[in-house]
Amino acid sequence: MSKHTLSVLVENTPGILARIAALFSRRGFNIDSLAVGVTEHPEISRITIVVNVIEQLPLEQVTKQLNKLVNVLKIVELEPGAAVQRELVLVKVRADNETRSQIVEIVQLFRAKTVDVSPEAVTIEATGSADKLEAMLKMLEPFGVKELVQSGTIAIGRGARSITDRSLRALDRSA
Amino acid sequence: MTEQATGAHHPQPRPRSGGPQSASVEHVTGAQSLIRSLEEVGADTVFGIPGGAILPAYDPLMDSRRVRHVLVRHEQGAGHAAEGYALATGKVGVCMATSGPGATNLVTPIADAHMDSVPMVAITGQVASASIGTDAFQEADIVGITMPITKHNFLVTDPADIPRVIAEAFHIASTGRPGPVLVDIAKDALQAQTTFSWPPVMDLPGYRPVTKPHAKQIREAAKLITSAKRPVLYVGGGVLKAGATAELKVLAELTGAPVTTTLMALGAFPDSHPLHVGMPGMHGSVTAVTALQKADLIVALGARFDDRVTGKLDSFAPHAKVVHADIDPAEIGKNRAADVPIVGDAREVIADLVQAVQKEHGEGSRGDYTAWWNDLNRWRETYPLGYDQPHDGSLSPQQVIERIGQLAPEDTIFTAGVGQHQMWAAHFIQYDKPATWLNSGGAGTMGYSLPAAMGAKAGQPDRTVWAIDGDGCFQMTNQELTTCALNNIPIKVAIINNGALGMVRQWQTLFYNQRYSNTVLHSGPGATEPNRGTRVPDFVKLAEAMGCYALRCESPDELDKVIEEANAINDRPVVIDFIVHEDAMVWPMVPAGTSNDSILAARDVRPDFGDGQDD
Repeated sequence: MSKHTLSVLVENTPGILARIAALFSRRGFNIDSLAVGVTEHPEISRITIVVNVIEQLPLEQVTKQLNKLVNVLKIVELEPGAAVQRELVLVKVRADNETRSQIVEIVQLFRAKTVDVSPEAVTIEATGSADKLEAMLKMLEPFGVKELVQSGTIAIGRGARSITDRSLRALDRSA
Repeated sequence: MTEQATGAHHPQPRPRSGGPQSASVEHVTGAQSLIRSLEEVGADTVFGIPGGAILPAYDPLMDSRRVRHVLVRHEQGAGHAAEGYALATGKVGVCMATSGPGATNLVTPIADAHMDSVPMVAITGQVASASIGTDAFQEADIVGITMPITKHNFLVTDPADIPRVIAEAFHIASTGRPGPVLVDIAKDALQAQTTFSWPPVMDLPGYRPVTKPHAKQIREAAKLITSAKRPVLYVGGGVLKAGATAELKVLAELTGAPVTTTLMALGAFPDSHPLHVGMPGMHGSVTAVTALQKADLIVALGARFDDRVTGKLDSFAPHAKVVHADIDPAEIGKNRAADVPIVGDAREVIADLVQAVQKEHGEGSRGDYTAWWNDLNRWRETYPLGYDQPHDGSLSPQQVIERIGQLAPEDTIFTAGVGQHQMWAAHFIQYDKPATWLNSGGAGTMGYSLPAAMGAKAGQPDRTVWAIDGDGCFQMTNQELTTCALNNIPIKVAIINNGALGMVRQWQTLFYNQRYSNTVLHSGPGATEPNRGTRVPDFVKLAEAMGCYALRCESPDELDKVIEEANAINDRPVVIDFIVHEDAMVWPMVPAGTSNDSILAARDVRPDFGDGQDD
């Protein structure tokens, strides 16, 4: 099993997410995480997809099939070493007068933030790589996690180059 | 943006010749805009049925002098007719239906067109935009339903988008790897006032089919061709779609390599040509199947290594290097890894290959295939296609189909359904020209032949169109005979009537101990003996009731007379009910799930290739 992060630039049109999700399920892939948002160009959305793949070949097949979708502009696989990957978690942890300070200490250690406090719980916001967040959640687990919500991974390549440049030019040409 | 892959057809929106200035703006309804767009894009024939949501479009359609609407009896018939029209003319086929069940009845032909890369635009009415998602009367999410079986689809709720979307739909359907495109238009968008001007500006930044092959890959391929000892040109439907048959003939004759044309490519290379070794695959000729198995080089041109061609994939063509040229990059390496992948339009690929091979020849590098042809010719002589006459004097289905082919006027178009009759029509009719053989290859849609023949005849009214059909297939779509009779579309239909779902029955004979579970179509009360026919329905009476001239043929003595009689009638559809022997089987055959090495030339007859492989 290997994890792959795909950045997919798409036209910001209705139904595109359904097309992409359907393509993955039809070829028997499970999407690990998915995040969608507009880019610096409002007509382009960027979808970050993390998939677990057993063999290399079928992923290539899915990428090629994705490329055939008319609303897909570009697909880039982001290698972990050459890209920054981030997730966001919001976690509600059981806390009383005795444990609250210990929890806050963990929050500081992971450079997370306490975003809400009540007599029985604190809510923590944290961003980082999947590994870091996993480590933090492991530390918080003994106190009792009441609720957990996680965003999909978003990722961007390191260095000055932008994957949107050329797609934008294509968009300009067609306009 | 791109060059198209469909030969002479030019789908791009173009200024209306002799009409008003292209920049002129007309004030129209969305419905009028739709019909004007269809006129401008060159859609001269539309197959369809009206209903509530598409109703506004049918009003201006009545006044159009450039778009002929053929009122079919079932939307599936409209879809297959659009496919037949597209394949016979090289243009985009168009079908139209209303929302809900009208649209869902198009699903089968859309899936069929997707599997066989047929350029088609399906236009469906949708409930008013305010009602979408409310389970309104006759609402179906046809855009959602057809997402995996279309090349692309659109939902239009703004009437101003109609010309652009129609132009884009025709462009996408006909360029690159052709395919079906669905345009779903909300009823209120059809009713609203809007403006129309032509040509619209297309906006498809993510659609860039690659048609020009890479020069380095072409050189690599040419080197392999001239250094191979046992090459095969494996030709698929893409060569027909690209209009590359002339180029293919040049390449084949230049190299001297054997050519095999798939079920989708019959007619791409003349069956009568000495370099043609037949069709590959599950029911391919022994020579073609074996040639691929023994080849040291396969040059795949517009073919996709379908499971019906390869048999068990990991034992397919074990010694062969593969050059794989296709316009769809996703086909390359999908089933079989390619040593030389080439993405491009088949016509450009083959034209470039010809030049590259000529260059190799000029440098003294020329393939010597003499020993290979000795093998191929020996197999050809030993295992030709053939059939036995039934001992009881009844009609042999193969002979019926063979004689129809031999007695047909020049340039006759043949269509087939799916099953035994389809394979016999592939084997025993000689196809020497492109677009003379239309069938449902990838999807295997029973009922395809009759409506496809209707579409082909509507597009090519001066040519004879024979639908070779089975009695099972015929009972799925024969309602379109009425459409043919009432719209002056005089097709000819040969029902190869063995009273059974013949191909399934053949499998039951071979693999299920002759237990004929639910494959005998005409048994029932009144049958004289088990599995014997009742003649229900009486196809002659049925065809007559639908306005056709109908004949029945039960003995070999009548065969030629009946076919000639049918060929002489051109003022209405003709249907012949050929009562044929029910035990005839399709040979050769590679049993499903086995290696192509296990091909049987006939029942229990495994060819002897002198290689000691007896298992």
